[in-house]
Amino acid sequence: MKQFRSFVRKEYYHIFRDKRTMLILLAMPIVQILLFGFAITTEVKDVKVAVFDPSKDASTQRIKERINTSEYFTIAEELTNIDQINDIFKYGKINLVIVFSENFAENLLHTGEAKVQLIADGTDPNQASTLTGYVSGILGSYQQELMEQYQVPFQIIPETRMLYNPQLKSAYNFVPGVMGLILMLICAMMTSIAIVREKETGTMEVLLSSPMKPIYIILAKAVPYFTLSIVNLITILLLSVFVLGVPVSGSLFWLAILSLLFVFVALALGLFISTLVNTQMAAMLASGMGLMMPIMLLSGMMFPIESMPPVLQWVSAIVPARWYIEAVKKIMIQGVELQYIAKELVIIGVMAISLIMLALSKFKTRLS
Amino acid sequence: MLKFLIEKEFKQIVRNTFLPKIIIMMPVMMMLVLPWAANQEVKDVRLSIVDNDHSVYSERLVNKIIAGGYFKLTDVSASNPEAMRSIESGKADIILEIQDEFDKSLINEGVARVMISANSVNSTKGGLGSSYLSAILADYATELREEGGQAVVTAVEVPSFGVMPQYKFNPHLDYKVFMVPALMVTLLTMLCGFLPALNIVGEKEAGTIEQINVTPVKKLVFVLAKLIPYWVIGFAVLTVAIGLGALVYGIYPVGNLLTIFLFATIYILVVSGMGLVISNYSDTMQQAMFVMFFFMMILLLMSGLFTPTTSMPEWAKTITVFNPLKYFIQVMRLVYLKGSTFFEMIPQFLALCGFALALNTWAVVSYRKSQ
Amino acid sequence: MEDKAIYTENLTKRFGNFTAVDQISFEVEKGEIFGFLGANGAGKTTAMRMLCGLSHPTSGKGNVAGFDIAREPEKVKQNIGYMSQKFSLYEDLKVWENLRLFGGIYGMKSKEIAVKTDEVLQELELERERETLVKSLPLGWKQKLSFSVSIFHEPKVVFLDEPTGGVDPVTRRQFWELIYQAAERGITVFVTTHYMDEAEYCNRVSIMVDGKIEALDTPKNLRQQFEVSTMDDVFQQLARRATRKAD
Repeated sequence: MKQFRSFVRKEYYHIFRDKRTMLILLAMPIVQILLFGFAITTEVKDVKVAVFDPSKDASTQRIKERINTSEYFTIAEELTNIDQINDIFKYGKINLVIVFSENFAENLLHTGEAKVQLIADGTDPNQASTLTGYVSGILGSYQQELMEQYQVPFQIIPETRMLYNPQLKSAYNFVPGVMGLILMLICAMMTSIAIVREKETGTMEVLLSSPMKPIYIILAKAVPYFTLSIVNLITILLLSVFVLGVPVSGSLFWLAILSLLFVFVALALGLFISTLVNTQMAAMLASGMGLMMPIMLLSGMMFPIESMPPVLQWVSAIVPARWYIEAVKKIMIQGVELQYIAKELVIIGVMAISLIMLALSKFKTRLS
Repeated sequence: MLKFLIEKEFKQIVRNTFLPKIIIMMPVMMMLVLPWAANQEVKDVRLSIVDNDHSVYSERLVNKIIAGGYFKLTDVSASNPEAMRSIESGKADIILEIQDEFDKSLINEGVARVMISANSVNSTKGGLGSSYLSAILADYATELREEGGQAVVTAVEVPSFGVMPQYKFNPHLDYKVFMVPALMVTLLTMLCGFLPALNIVGEKEAGTIEQINVTPVKKLVFVLAKLIPYWVIGFAVLTVAIGLGALVYGIYPVGNLLTIFLFATIYILVVSGMGLVISNYSDTMQQAMFVMFFFMMILLLMSGLFTPTTSMPEWAKTITVFNPLKYFIQVMRLVYLKGSTFFEMIPQFLALCGFALALNTWAVVSYRKSQ
Repeated sequence: MEDKAIYTENLTKRFGNFTAVDQISFEVEKGEIFGFLGANGAGKTTAMRMLCGLSHPTSGKGNVAGFDIAREPEKVKQNIGYMSQKFSLYEDLKVWENLRLFGGIYGMKSKEIAVKTDEVLQELELERERETLVKSLPLGWKQKLSFSVSIFHEPKVVFLDEPTGGVDPVTRRQFWELIYQAAERGITVFVTTHYMDEAEYCNRVSIMVDGKIEALDTPKNLRQQFEVSTMDDVFQQLARRATRKAD
């Protein structure tokens, strides 16, 4: 045990000596949370739109007012000519033009031929459909009001509730993603690099020739990164609660258990990678490409899994972060009970056990 | 002198066991897999319906929603709590609750209320899903009115107007058209940024830099010899990526291909210069890798690659002014989708030239031949 | 002073409070083999790195091959060769490619390099290894190749930092033969070593203790001066005065 402690101490020295890497490891979660919380947003707020209104009557005036006073849009420009639209899009400052048909109010009341055209810059499909969706919503509520005013029959009025995230903040979706990313990055990437570095410099041989059991040597390597990931996890949770206002609605205890399980998966993956490669560069690139990219892309952190082709959906099923992120969303933000994350817990648990077994057997065969 | 150094760099790259694989695999992987995954389109929203009414009207509504194809009906629950459990267990995204006596209030009072509850942890999904659902409801109401109109005889006039969305440049809102040009930028950034970052520090670790430092080689020549190979690789990779984009996805630039290459010429110098600066300041490859990774992550996230820079808060927008990725991504999308010409993108060109000059000067200056 | 290959005046290098090289002054004649001795940590490598233009002197003057080391380090570099203590050729390049690279860096033409490469490989009896990657050569051969690279461009002065470290006695003999051949062609050789028998091969030697030069003369004169029979004894006597810890 005393030996083990001195091994762990040695690993801590390695990490603390390299100030720059250390700083990055600690700053990474903070920067990511801040970026994802504030900068990486798909929220629609005060978006500048242009209007082309040949009618200029009471109705169009009303509609424009509504759009302008909504928190989502600001009318930045009134076009005088319909041909200006293309130029305005090329300029890139405005992504949506609202075009009213002629004699709008007149047609609105009598012929039913009044039309509003929403011409969006389709370059970013997500933004385009969000913008047209929001404008349609404003137009819809105006129409609804008209109908109520005129007591039109057959109205269906939806009452919409946004569960868990009434202000529609993007951060709610990203925080669990950042947790998955950071834990994986620190545990898997760092552990694999640390072990491979010893292989590369030849010091692994020295360590293995000591009376210490190989398994303890590996454990000693994992302990500092384990600690570091706990520190990061706490940082992320504190920042998300106090800075981003993302609540921990569910059980903190089970969130911790879930995260610990995930950390084990990550450590086992790191160990596994270290048995596959021989150079630090290969370890970095393998964990960078093999772990970071799948997490960013296939875990549902940024892109919904349902929208992917089936093949990628299957692949995403073996990405541990996918299950972790899903479970964190449920337990942390939705605040559901344990039984609802049982599936994810089991999957991550099975992954942890099988990966640790696999990595250890691989490690042993390499030794002998 | 330069010739010999460049020759050496190429030989080293080719002989490395890892680099050629990465240089070939990356573009292929990125162009073939990523566009399928990098898709923020909201599709197949799972809907749980609580029909407390069980009338002809409510059934027609349910059928209409399913027929629309946008929503996938997971279950018709008996009660609201049951539907909530579907949401909690992650089986459903949205609940539509139709009240008891939906048909009666619709016919007698002319107004019926329904309740939409959306899981908005993913705000895009929740927001878009519920607005689509509202649109279907409005459609259904219009449908009923038209039918009813014939029977009841129009006593009152219906004030209504049509809303028609139309999308320029990407009429079918194909996400790939949006991502593919930007992914090319990411590709160049990763290859031509990370590899140089590992290069000089690699020579430091191997000790070979000492033998170079004691020769009369000029700093500029040495740095150029490091830049030029990645420049060539970058061009090759970009060509492959553009080819794959055209072959696999049928995505061609509307504008001129030469404009893209012209900008790429400058852009590769920018990222390679950044890599070399980091390499010069690092003591170990691990350190270089981490520092690069750190900055790369920030630059990528703040480049408008995934989310529009226009919806960022002011402080973040200020930061993006110093993000070279942003400019090149803008250029790629402008040329690919809108067919912009060189003269329309002079601000971006000047910005990139500025970065290239500043970073590479820094790379030359920070490379120290003696202590 | 212009006719000296190297001369220094109170050359000093400090790292913070630590004075690695303390006001050393000496001269080396053209074509001389000059042994630069000292225990580990005595400051040899630091002094040598200053003379090669790899490290800026804190104070004092130094001149190598007619150029000031502080003011014209790049001109110094044009006229010297250097072989570092740690092997530092490109392991992932072949034997001939390393020669070609460094020849090219010193401004030799491709043709010139090709002719010279044949010559050198013949001399070293390395012709069969021409196409071998350097990393698969045995250490002794690597060292010989390293030396050949350092004098490939016929510099005026060559600096050798413990060139025979870790090499077997037979190879060491061969190595010194190469050094003599270089000196005969008029190249000034500045060499550090740990092996006192090698010190006897030098025209003159200096011995550094704690950053200062404590003795400088021909091996013969030094033996007489210290009244001992071998250079090893001379060295032992001086080294005992050291107060600085070896690193």
